[in-house]
Amino acid sequence: MSDNLPSWRWLLRRLFLALPVVAGVTALTFTLIHLAPGDPIYMLAGDGGSLSYYADMRAKYGLDRSLGEQFLRYVRAVAMGDLGYSFMFQAPVLRLLLEHAAASLLLGLSALALATVGGFAAGTVAAVTRSRVLAASIRAGASLAYAAPVFWTGQVLVFVAAVKLGLLPAGGMSSARESLAGLAYAADVARHLVLPALTLALPFAAVVAGVTCASVLESLREPYVRALYARGLPRRRIVGRHVARIALVPVAALVGQHAAQVVASAALTEALFGWPGIGYLVLHASLHRDYPLVTAAFIVISSSVVFFNAIADAACAWLDPRIRLT
Amino acid sequence: MMLWSQSPGTATGIVLLGALTLVAVCGRWMAPTDPFAVTGPALASPSQAHPFGTDDLGRDVMSGVVHGAGMSLRVGFTAAACSTLIGLVIGAVAGVRAGVIDHGLMRATEFVQAIPRFFLVVLVVSLFGGRLWLIVLVIALTAWPTTARVFRAQVLSTLGKDFVLAARAAGSGDAAILIRHVLPVTIAVVAAQVSYQAGGAILAEAGLSFLGLGDPTVMSWGTLLGAAHHSVREAWWIAVFPGLAITFTVLACNLLADGLLRRADD
Repeated sequence: MSDNLPSWRWLLRRLFLALPVVAGVTALTFTLIHLAPGDPIYMLAGDGGSLSYYADMRAKYGLDRSLGEQFLRYVRAVAMGDLGYSFMFQAPVLRLLLEHAAASLLLGLSALALATVGGFAAGTVAAVTRSRVLAASIRAGASLAYAAPVFWTGQVLVFVAAVKLGLLPAGGMSSARESLAGLAYAADVARHLVLPALTLALPFAAVVAGVTCASVLESLREPYVRALYARGLPRRRIVGRHVARIALVPVAALVGQHAAQVVASAALTEALFGWPGIGYLVLHASLHRDYPLVTAAFIVISSSVVFFNAIADAACAWLDPRIRLT
Repeated sequence: MMLWSQSPGTATGIVLLGALTLVAVCGRWMAPTDPFAVTGPALASPSQAHPFGTDDLGRDVMSGVVHGAGMSLRVGFTAAACSTLIGLVIGAVAGVRAGVIDHGLMRATEFVQAIPRFFLVVLVVSLFGGRLWLIVLVIALTAWPTTARVFRAQVLSTLGKDFVLAARAAGSGDAAILIRHVLPVTIAVVAAQVSYQAGGAILAEAGLSFLGLGDPTVMSWGTLLGAAHHSVREAWWIAVFPGLAITFTVLACNLLADGLLRRADD
């Protein structure tokens, strides 16, 4: 077990392998900027600057030089963390993205936890229940939850829970009119978190339920489980202690894969609920033609997917000693 | 009839998709008004004249849903067909050519899988404008990796079979073997991929239109839901009908794909 703990060297090497992906994404972004109709200076420096500002920016990105040199300058700027300046928000792009990352992570990780627990429970019940109606309704519910677009289930949830019942706030991350602090503020954010987290969790919970159900059904057929029945162990204990534990392994791998997408997949939910995360920020920027923010966000989010992937792999290896780290 | 008892899910998928195609084809007779035309009072609840009600501008919601059906099906299946074709070619080449080419193609596949598709589409639409063919192209160019992986695995497992060895001994080349011998045995798996990806493409396009990043010249279910966003408090019907349309279309694609995969397993 101990030799399966991912070492720092392993993690560093994994992250090093991610570099080509980041380089590729940067190259792709550069190509798109130059293929787009219009002067690339607006894509690089944004709308609304003064003439002298554009002159400075032209010199910085070397727009009078060859395309190869322009690319090198662009890569150098990105590598130094200089992702440009947003005119819309009057702030450096990198700072804006980092400021909004916490909200995205809070929403994404809450939804991930909710989907894992809920999906695992529903999948196990669907596999072991003796009621065919219950099993069939869980399956049908999962198929529907997987197919329904989040921007619609979100609207339905808002209509029922916020508009009709008045239980929860319909959008935003905190009550704007009250200035709360400490625990009261945390409770306020939690109340705002419920509907978006539930909306975002539903499709992934459906996937988790499907994988869990198949995995539990498979382990129920294993000889060692039949042996446990033969020894006279109660069914509840066999499922709870032995079967569910084995079934967790494929679910953990699935959750690990999905965790890498956690920020990338929340954009639509953030837009629907006005949740001030990265997705919300980028969509606003896109609608207002704030090009530096949109291009930089694409590079940053792609890099975060690769980064979180490496961490998820390490976590899976730590959970399941059969996985070899190579 | 046998299909209903053996696989109710697949049958439901086929019936739903058939009904949808019918609506898309016969749409001009069912909902003759232009979906962008103002035909009634704003936010009118469902009635005989407007079975699905009207939206905040007084446009008929049913016309929008019916016209959106054709659009969504075209987007879904065009994107799915293109991405499947790319995936088949890449999967086939990677499966047949071992070594450097296979390795390189698999790294390329991983690269495309790491790209957050939604943000790429947002980036392309912001830089180039929201044109339908562009959205379909980006979806197709980002959706092929699953098909490539699945087909590569199929090619690898089929190439060692006796009938393939016999064909090779008889002098068939790689391309002939792939088309005549590998593709027929994997056709159900490939068709399942097309169906899954059509569902995914329809969802992606609807999401973009919902955000106002889609093609403004065509009526889409996402556009309807985006318009509903501001009036859902007063008028549930604007959101319910287009949402149900998206959900059941994607559900039908997924059910059909599940059924095809089960058939391939047997």
